[in-house]
Amino acid sequence: MTLTAMETFIIICLATIATMITRFLPFILLKNPKSSDSYISYLGRVLPYSTIGLLVVYCLKDVNFRIPSYGLPEIIAILSIALLHYWKENTLLSIGAGTAIYMLLVQLVFV
Amino acid sequence: MPFIEEIKAILLLVHKDVMNLKEKIKALKAAFPHTIPVLTGFTFLGIAFGILMNSKGYGPGWAFLFSLMTFAGSAQYLGITFLTSVFNPIYAFLMTLMINARHIFYGISMLDKYKDTGKFKPYLIFGLCDETFSIVCSVEPPEGVDRNWFFFFITLLDHSYWVLGSTLGALLGSLISFSVEGLDFVLTALFIVIFLEQWKAQKNHKPAIIGVVASVLCLLIFGQNNFIIPAMILILILLTVTRRVNVEELAEEAIK
Repeated sequence: MTLTAMETFIIICLATIATMITRFLPFILLKNPKSSDSYISYLGRVLPYSTIGLLVVYCLKDVNFRIPSYGLPEIIAILSIALLHYWKENTLLSIGAGTAIYMLLVQLVFV
Repeated sequence: MPFIEEIKAILLLVHKDVMNLKEKIKALKAAFPHTIPVLTGFTFLGIAFGILMNSKGYGPGWAFLFSLMTFAGSAQYLGITFLTSVFNPIYAFLMTLMINARHIFYGISMLDKYKDTGKFKPYLIFGLCDETFSIVCSVEPPEGVDRNWFFFFITLLDHSYWVLGSTLGALLGSLISFSVEGLDFVLTALFIVIFLEQWKAQKNHKPAIIGVVASVLCLLIFGQNNFIIPAMILILILLTVTRRVNVEELAEEAIK
């Protein structure tokens, strides 16, 4: 341990408070989203779609297309997930198979 | 028979309790399958987090406490760097705020869905991490399952996986060394499948395209460590601009 127990506890508390601010803020600020406030309800309707897009990019942010393996494991795994999902429409199968393909690629093919 | 009424009342209470319990089990059963990808991802990422904490001298107790209280994967990984350098609480606070800013979007997205969740609401909001959000924003409980308990169990299960995983990792320390390289992709796969599901369910693909394009653009401009907040701002701008167009379209349709 680099920090004392007290310092560690303070850091954990502050990380918790900061996280909770980001989670509770909308619910506190926009406590009574009346139907008159159509801009917020519009955002509530469309943001889930944009946000999952952001989350996908966030997960892939460290992929570097300029160095080997040129992001190929990610690209192949994502394409497999998309094809499998349109074919079988089975969420767990798509996720499981996609992850297995990715693991095989990074452990055996693109080492 | 003076006791008949009392026995009846007691039986009725027991019956009610059993029914309540049945309702809860039903909600738990409905919730569990949705959390299986998170179970896989969090067990692995949690264990990895615990191992890392342990290697820096922070044992299972600290890993347990950190995961129980903060419940935010990326912020906790970042948190390890605050625990292994000079004590700087303000920096830790601000950096956590920055990296978790995307949660603000989760809240706005869930305002309506979590509106009538009553006593569950504080916990549901507390547990709105990336993975929980991606599930609750895209699923509805099946017919006959209590909504509040359903969302509560999804959140609770995810939270438990994370806490147990990180504690386990810190307990085992460096004992485990099996090849799990790439297993963390399970959470990326989860988000991609949810993206595909949403794409199929929506006729209007604009919000999804805006989300991806704005994020990629900001990633290219600002780099991997600083792109989230610019991306959020750009998404808000683009959604606002395209809404005006939508309103005009609606008006035109109304005239026709």
